[in-house]
Amino acid sequence: MIGLFKTLLFGIFLGVIGAGALVYFTPAVDLHRERSLIDVQSNGGNLEVYRINLPRDRLLVGLSGSVGSIPAGLDWPGEELLGDMQAELFKVRNRNNAVIGVASRLASSTEETGPFIEWALHFPARGTIYAHMELSPSVDGYRDGKLRSGTRDFQELTGTVREQFIAGDDGDEESQGSIELHATLVAPLGDIE
Amino acid sequence: MKYLVTLIVGVLVGASLFLAGLYYNPFVAQVSVSPIAVTDARVMDLTFSAVPGDGLLYTNDGESTVQPFPERVGELWEASVVNSDVWVTQLQNSRGIPVGIGIKFSTRSEETELIRGKALTNSIWHVYLPGRGTILIDQTENYWSYLRDVVIPARWSSGDNWRGTYNRITTAGPGSLGTGRLTGGNGQFADLTGESVESLNARAYSVQSGPVSMTGNLTMALPVQAASQ
Repeated sequence: MIGLFKTLLFGIFLGVIGAGALVYFTPAVDLHRERSLIDVQSNGGNLEVYRINLPRDRLLVGLSGSVGSIPAGLDWPGEELLGDMQAELFKVRNRNNAVIGVASRLASSTEETGPFIEWALHFPARGTIYAHMELSPSVDGYRDGKLRSGTRDFQELTGTVREQFIAGDDGDEESQGSIELHATLVAPLGDIE
Repeated sequence: MKYLVTLIVGVLVGASLFLAGLYYNPFVAQVSVSPIAVTDARVMDLTFSAVPGDGLLYTNDGESTVQPFPERVGELWEASVVNSDVWVTQLQNSRGIPVGIGIKFSTRSEETELIRGKALTNSIWHVYLPGRGTILIDQTENYWSYLRDVVIPARWSSGDNWRGTYNRITTAGPGSLGTGRLTGGNGQFADLTGESVESLNARAYSVQSGPVSMTGNLTMALPVQAASQ
């Protein structure tokens, strides 16, 4: 009887330790990571290119008074609240066309505190880039912007973001082109030893 | 044979004891009072219905309890984004008047440690308030108390639902006081930084559809000149 009782106690001990080890050592969340595709710039910083294929990467287009809101059934607020502000949501891909994150683009030309265009690019395993874009595109068809802030991997970085619409298809009959975002990000200088 | 059976029973009892200890651990309580309740900064409150169906758009991997909305929205099924949710909702002021929209990106965090009562999510709010400007809020949220006090009791309930009162701060960082980091974008908020805290107030939850009655609150502490304009 004492032997059985000792076995039971040992089993309980084993159960507590085993369950504890399982919970402690098994990652509750294991995020997928795509290989980084980064070019080192000659004047410092890293360049990463993000791509959005249209229309398949578009999750939302919200514009008051527009009949072309996406997705179908979207009940977007009226102009009396949001004016001409256009909100868009996209999936974001790397240069290998693999989805690596999601992004929002907000733009308004009649906002009373000043027109704006801005991006928030959210990469689940890395962090978020918050960028402000210039209102007018260049004659070459791109729009420059600055990194306003970043989170996690992007927190200490400064740099620029360039937005460009590229017409043409990628082999898909329904393709309307793509948006490319070129992020050139620079890490702060470390202490000089 | 009887020793083997006793050992197995012991292991099961031990594992159950561990899980009970994890669930009832009194040392992992979450605060319900905002860490920015006392501040020199001007505080701005935004509220929203935290029921996904009440929002403008919600999407996830399409296989979770809460289903994407509207029906034809794209789902986040790709490996890199499968642990993420995107939610778009109207934001109201404290009187319930719509004052803007918020886009929330949430991703389950690899820093989750259930043994320490941390069910963490990295989330971003991209906010537009007409007539005021834009804001980005970066926060780490801890949903452990929400899981423990709402979701698990709903699953245990014979009716597969939960009713009660739950009110907790979900923001747990990255600020040292457990506050989120606010970055002003355009308009009155341009070039400002501040702190923020998000809280949830739940009254009903269903295992089949997720939150049934739940409101959220974003409290933002901004430099005085920005909030008073």
